[in-house]
Amino acid sequence: MATNSLMPSATTAITLRVNGQTHRLDVDNRGTLLDALRESLTFTGTKKGCDRGECGSCTVHIEGRSALSCLTLAVMTEGKEITTIEGLAPAGALHPVQAAFIEHDGFQCGYCTPGQIMSAVACIREGHAGSDDEIREFMSGNLCRCSAYPQIVSAVRACATVKGI
Amino acid sequence: MQTFSYARAATLADAITAAAQADTMVIAGGTELLNWMKDGIVLPQRIVDLNALSGLDQIVVDGNGLKLGALARMSDVAEHDAVKRDYPAISQALFKSASAQIRNMASMGGNLMQRTRCPYFRAEVELACNKRRPGSGCSALDGEDRHAAIFGASEHCIATHPSDVAVALAALDALIHVNGPGGSREIPFADFHRLPGDAPNRETQLSHGEIITSIEVPASALSKRSHYLKIRERASYEFALVSAAVGLDLQGGAIREARIALGGVAPKPWRLSAAEQALRGVSLSDTAALRNALDTDFSQAKPGRHNGFKVELARRTVIRALQTAGGVA
Repeated sequence: MATNSLMPSATTAITLRVNGQTHRLDVDNRGTLLDALRESLTFTGTKKGCDRGECGSCTVHIEGRSALSCLTLAVMTEGKEITTIEGLAPAGALHPVQAAFIEHDGFQCGYCTPGQIMSAVACIREGHAGSDDEIREFMSGNLCRCSAYPQIVSAVRACATVKGI
Repeated sequence: MQTFSYARAATLADAITAAAQADTMVIAGGTELLNWMKDGIVLPQRIVDLNALSGLDQIVVDGNGLKLGALARMSDVAEHDAVKRDYPAISQALFKSASAQIRNMASMGGNLMQRTRCPYFRAEVELACNKRRPGSGCSALDGEDRHAAIFGASEHCIATHPSDVAVALAALDALIHVNGPGGSREIPFADFHRLPGDAPNRETQLSHGEIITSIEVPASALSKRSHYLKIRERASYEFALVSAAVGLDLQGGAIREARIALGGVAPKPWRLSAAEQALRGVSLSDTAALRNALDTDFSQAKPGRHNGFKVELARRTVIRALQTAGGVA
């Protein structure tokens, strides 16, 4: 067991790997990955919507898979590769899915957009962008209060066969 | 959320020792536990992280059956080719569960430990609920009971169990392997979840410190010809109003053996044992005969004030699931 099992402590020193960079920080054991990203590391692209796993706006990739950072304890992600919306493309460039969201008008207020794009990238990489129905099914964990769903589906579909997503 | 200590268990023995401490809970995917803690439903002082335990995330399909490690993620089981081929109801139930993100995170063991979605249990401002605070009463009895159980409830609790895949596992006679301070044991799926009776807060047969290690499903003709049908109010990312998992062994167009479990209608996956007997020899295309075979089980239904629709909906769901599994729908 880690030594903190013998000496109960409310905080833990961890190393987080975010967008290819290593960060050392002391986290409150109760703290979510979402709060660590936004408050400690200022990756504010990841949004806090419901904070209870219902809206998807906090979606990031952990070890390449889409996950909800609001339902993940930061302390549990020690050493794992985390990708946020800021890490999808090199600084100043747009990832093809980001470009497609602009091209297809896939957002209005934009609050859900980082989570939508992280889910869209995972949906395409995992081979679940084969039809509009399949896209809707695999994107259903991301809610859009502006209801830009048709445009989001067309943005994802436009990227479904793009190489290297 | 109250503060807690955090420890990552390196071995199963360590995990059991740690989990057996007072006020301790284990975590795998965290998709349930974090919300319980945020809402004040549970207040653990120690959290034991199981994710580093090796070998508990395996998915093995061989001639004997399917073995799912408790840490296998829902999405990995759903996507597994041999599960899709030989245990389709399990894959279908998983794909119809939650969202892509939650399926990536949530473990199979944790799925079975889910707690009801009854809004009174989940209330952000605590309301009377015998699951949440034993003896406080049941707000659903005199309140909104549209979501509530029609089978197996008690005067102390009318909540339903929310899992989809548990319904498929119940229909296919799964076995749950657990390990704890008293050693290892196996629990037949039908016995794992408890009915509420006068202690709705005790939901499973697990003792404190016991951990699910794997779930086993026997290989059979029934599992190969199985189907999961989920009826809900949105096309995706919604819990079942009613669902049915069925397994069929056919002879010509007639049923040799059937297995049926319902979801969304009871405090645990609800097997229709009388129907399974009555369906022997019934032609799958004879909808009236299929319907009659359900009479005995459905005579036990006790709907509340707002969920009477579930009785007819569940009957139709079973019939359609049987005919879909048998290829006549």
